[in-house]
Amino acid sequence: MRHTISVLVENKFGVLSRVSGLFSGRGFNIESLSVGETIDPQVSLMTIVTSGDDQIIEQITKQLNKLIDVIKVVDLMGIEHVEREMVLIKVAPKKEDRVEVLKLAEIFRGRIVDSGPTTYTIEVTGDEGKINAFIDIIKPFGIKEFVRTGKVAITREKAKKGSS
Amino acid sequence: MKISGAEILIESLKREGVRHIFGIPGGVVLNIFDTLYDEKDIKLILTRHEQGAVHAADGYARASGKVGVVIVTSGPGATNTVTGIANAYMDSVPLVVFSGQVPTLLIGNDAFQEADIVGITRPCTKYNYLVKDINDLARIVREAFHIAGTGRPGPVLVDLPRDVSAGRTDFIWTEQVKIRSYNPTLEGNKMMIKKAVEEIAKAKRPVIMAGGGVIISGASKELKELAELTQIPVTMTLMGLGGFPGTYELSMGMLGMHGTYCANMAVQESDLLIGIGVRFDDRVTGRVGAFAPQAKIIHIDIDPTSIRKNVRVDIPIVGDVKHVLRDMLRILREDVKGQREDVRKAWLRQISTWKEERPLRYTYDENVIKPQFVIEKIYEITRGDAIITTEVGQNQMWTAQFYKFDRPRTLLTSGGLGTMGYGFPAAIGAQLACPDRLVIDIAGDGSIQMNIQELATAVVNKLPVKVAILNNQYLGMVRQWQELFFRGRYSYSNLDRVPDFVKVAEAYGAVGMRATKPQEVEPVIRESLKVKDRPVFMDFIIDWKEKVYPMIPAGGALNEMLFEEEKRMR
Repeated sequence: MRHTISVLVENKFGVLSRVSGLFSGRGFNIESLSVGETIDPQVSLMTIVTSGDDQIIEQITKQLNKLIDVIKVVDLMGIEHVEREMVLIKVAPKKEDRVEVLKLAEIFRGRIVDSGPTTYTIEVTGDEGKINAFIDIIKPFGIKEFVRTGKVAITREKAKKGSS
Repeated sequence: MKISGAEILIESLKREGVRHIFGIPGGVVLNIFDTLYDEKDIKLILTRHEQGAVHAADGYARASGKVGVVIVTSGPGATNTVTGIANAYMDSVPLVVFSGQVPTLLIGNDAFQEADIVGITRPCTKYNYLVKDINDLARIVREAFHIAGTGRPGPVLVDLPRDVSAGRTDFIWTEQVKIRSYNPTLEGNKMMIKKAVEEIAKAKRPVIMAGGGVIISGASKELKELAELTQIPVTMTLMGLGGFPGTYELSMGMLGMHGTYCANMAVQESDLLIGIGVRFDDRVTGRVGAFAPQAKIIHIDIDPTSIRKNVRVDIPIVGDVKHVLRDMLRILREDVKGQREDVRKAWLRQISTWKEERPLRYTYDENVIKPQFVIEKIYEITRGDAIITTEVGQNQMWTAQFYKFDRPRTLLTSGGLGTMGYGFPAAIGAQLACPDRLVIDIAGDGSIQMNIQELATAVVNKLPVKVAILNNQYLGMVRQWQELFFRGRYSYSNLDRVPDFVKVAEAYGAVGMRATKPQEVEPVIRESLKVKDRPVFMDFIIDWKEKVYPMIPAGGALNEMLFEEEKRMR
């Protein structure tokens, strides 16, 4: 099973290496990892996408918790949350396809962030399915390269009863 | 008043109650050693190799329960500590290792004697630090000792760049440690504890499996009370030996690969297994899928990652063993007093039948020394009242089998990492921690050669450590596996020829003795005990064909034991 795990860590040097070292040292799978500062600059939030059976996921969360620099671990599986990732795609379409590519980008709410004589660089944000779909659809037009951020995730606020 | 980083370090160590440090000087730690030169309260024990320093600090820590301290230089000094640190990490031994580092400005430049020791030791320390600012030094030392010694203990490394120990600042010491992300759970969950007690009351064939956690948390007394109150037989892991008296009727001895027939059978037939301060290592469980097939498992451990890592657990209890056992005993005493004995009668009868059926045994020979005979004699002559360290391999397993440990912190052995060369420096550390105790390293001829240079350390410090070398001219455990599983193809396990250990001892200024016949064993041991001012090497030329039995072949279940007569059970 695929799990997205949110890990709140001390914003110190070496922490990323402790976390990634834990995954490699114990043979845990890591599909993506993204990290950034939180509202408190002394704290960073990592979003890790990993997979494994229940026992492995239990070990992963326990092992993460055991690291001294880890403040909090939340397995988002089963918790309402929003996931997003971003991709930057550099496409080099034939001249006659340039308009088509622009249209497709628009359908996916993409933005052109750079354009060269023969290329467009398109930014698309969304969940994994949307990113994959966009890459698939744009592939026939000639992708030069692309780069993905990996997932970031945040829990959804529950709608409170009686609030409008 | 401003003082130097070196002075801050030493002052901090004093406040942590440190009396002995193990180490070797070198370029970037000279400021620290210069400060130590005038120091009256702290003595540095100069070892002859940094690995020896860490093992000695480890033996010191295991024997005393205090945090062991090491200071080494950068580069090779630091990398030489890695085996010792990994060893301490696997066996949960509290250490603080200070390594020198090149000046902050040179870090990353491949400077002379530079090594990224923080990077290298990240996976084998509980935590590590690079001190970048002298103003953090005192706080980091305080934190390092706190982290090393609390929760599930372990080694912490502090890397000290030369400019940090040479710089000057005000000394500010805060007793209070606050690490928001580090709060070990001591108290077990009350509901789980209650459930565990209910299961104990119901069980017909329960077994307690006690590990190193019992010793670390100082819970031997509580464990004894639990076993006696509930009349549950106890088996120990290698790390748990001494945590429950080996001479008690309820003791079944060690379980696992070279465990007793009784202990292994009892676990396999049990309907309730209570793991206390254990981590269900593969040497203990045998084939996991066939481990304790009929049992519900209660698992008490301070480290949540130990639980459900290797075996399924029905009742997990995260907490300090001493705290959890205390809570369990309180409920047991109030609710289920005195009714156990008759419930357990049939089971205890079965246990003693197993004990009688196949006790630990060997065939005595009057012409050649059997290693088990040497250990029996050491046990007999010391009346079980010695601190025993071991190396790794056959010597370690024979010791675990034939020396009966009644008290905690009397067996110091490399259980997790299995480090040959551990026992001798560990004995040196133990002797320093307990100057009035008899300390004996039971070694093999292979293992002792892996840190034999520490003879100099023992001689210089007048430490009367005894080393009993079970000399079979082989890497004996390797040879045993090759005989049993590789058709007797003894590929590179023959050490012939080993040095003359008597002469080696004498060359270092120690005492050397030798026994080649069984009747010489006792006189040699007795003679060695008379030496009070220097180490003794006892070279026992043993039967090289002797093997450790019972044995569960790799991948076997606990009840698939091989015995001396080499017939497979079942």
